[in-house]
Amino acid sequence: MAEQHPDNWNDYPGGGTGTPDDLALDPGLQEGTERPQPAVQEEICLDVRGISLFYGEKQALNDISLSIPRNRVTAFIGPSGCGKSTLLRCFNRMNDLIDDVIVTGEIRLNGLDIHDRSVDVAQLRRLVGMVFQRPNPFPKSIYDNVAYGLRLQRGMARSEIDDRVEWGLRSAALWEEVSDRLKESALELSGGQQQRLVIARAIAVEPEVLLLDEPASALDPISTLKIEELIHELKDDYTIVIVTHNMHQAARVSDFTAFLYLGELIEHDDTDTIFTNPSRQQTEDYITGRYG
Amino acid sequence: MNRHISGQYDSELESVRLGFMGMGGRVERQVQTATRAFVTHDVEAAATVREGEDEINQLERVLDDRCIHIIARRQPTAGDLRLLITIMKGCIDLERIGDEAEKIARMAEKISHLPLPPDQYADVQHMRELVIRMVADTLDAFARLDLESARSVISADGEVDTMFRSIDESLSQELHMHADSVMQSLNTIWTARALERIGDHAKNICEHTVYLIEGTDVRHLDRGDGGTLE
Repeated sequence: MAEQHPDNWNDYPGGGTGTPDDLALDPGLQEGTERPQPAVQEEICLDVRGISLFYGEKQALNDISLSIPRNRVTAFIGPSGCGKSTLLRCFNRMNDLIDDVIVTGEIRLNGLDIHDRSVDVAQLRRLVGMVFQRPNPFPKSIYDNVAYGLRLQRGMARSEIDDRVEWGLRSAALWEEVSDRLKESALELSGGQQQRLVIARAIAVEPEVLLLDEPASALDPISTLKIEELIHELKDDYTIVIVTHNMHQAARVSDFTAFLYLGELIEHDDTDTIFTNPSRQQTEDYITGRYG
Repeated sequence: MNRHISGQYDSELESVRLGFMGMGGRVERQVQTATRAFVTHDVEAAATVREGEDEINQLERVLDDRCIHIIARRQPTAGDLRLLITIMKGCIDLERIGDEAEKIARMAEKISHLPLPPDQYADVQHMRELVIRMVADTLDAFARLDLESARSVISADGEVDTMFRSIDESLSQELHMHADSVMQSLNTIWTARALERIGDHAKNICEHTVYLIEGTDVRHLDRGDGGTLE
């Protein structure tokens, strides 16, 4: 049964699933737009309306609107510089950290505007966790990496932190490999293990959304497959948005795919359709490796 | 259609596309020759068809092999993927059309010592013309990505089925009345049956071609009770 989310940021407990009924994808929203969007009814987690982003005078995103369904994997694909990572960083306001960035439009997480004055950005980033291209564990022990975010939450007992660290590592499919060396430095892990540790760190604080920015591009093929398998398992509990240069990775792991080009959303549809019968010639040209 | 960034990939896809059309051309000639051999009792033409059969089988293997290599090495998507799927499935149908042509050639050899029937196989001649046109239109539809042509072949198949039933019925009656013409009647029914199967295979290829062009599966729509693998 769908759980109701708070109707303002101050009351947000930071957990749970479900979305207000009035946020289900409204087919009417698709009218008047030429850009193909998924036709299926899904519960919407992130709703993006008319987002434009400027780095100074340079426009990087142009009037992007799309809905990210809950407990699904949505992939952003497109050539370098198309704006896919910029769009991803909008979802937890990472772009706020860059000077001269101006964002217009609206992004709603469970119906709440993430640009609202009442938003605590640290709380938003706990709800919308992020994993980057290069594994970035802290120079601390494996245990401390996962416990780091938990210790920032006041009032959590040591035993509870222990439980959450184990749960995070198990969820990230890393527990079996590190359970007997939790006190060792995270930097001694392999690249693939470090990336799963970073994912464990992100999910230990129980986010709703996981943003993955090229999470496997620095990894070997076996580590990449482990990350992809992990993404498949995590989507039962989280809404996942992944940016990838690897189109076949997008085809393997995602339920929905959005193709961006020069800051525009060209096509957003279910992944099967995008990779077998896309609506737009630009999409076809990109995914088949043709000149656009 | 724009070219791929990889010119080699373009060449590989073009090679299987041309290969499929080449195989189609050979199969088309086999059908023409085999049916001509049957209706004219031309034993030499029939022998030509039997000799050409193995070449078609080998072409199927070569095309399959090339498609598998492209899939393994290129992981094709969208229109490229649909092209390869269409060729791999279409190859099976072309090879079976070749088999049917060979069957007709064998039957032509069996009856070649008999005199031509008084009606000169009028019904089979009519069916032959229609089926040969279907095969030619099938290859055209694939080569030109012509949706209209593909759809017209799909609907023409019903006419071929009706013709076969009519020939089957009239020759079955003939069998009862004229026991001395059993061999000729049976071989004529079997030839008509082979032509009907050729029509089915041409229809299949056109259904694959519709999938290639617009990405929709138009097979078995008349039985639309939606099966599931789960």
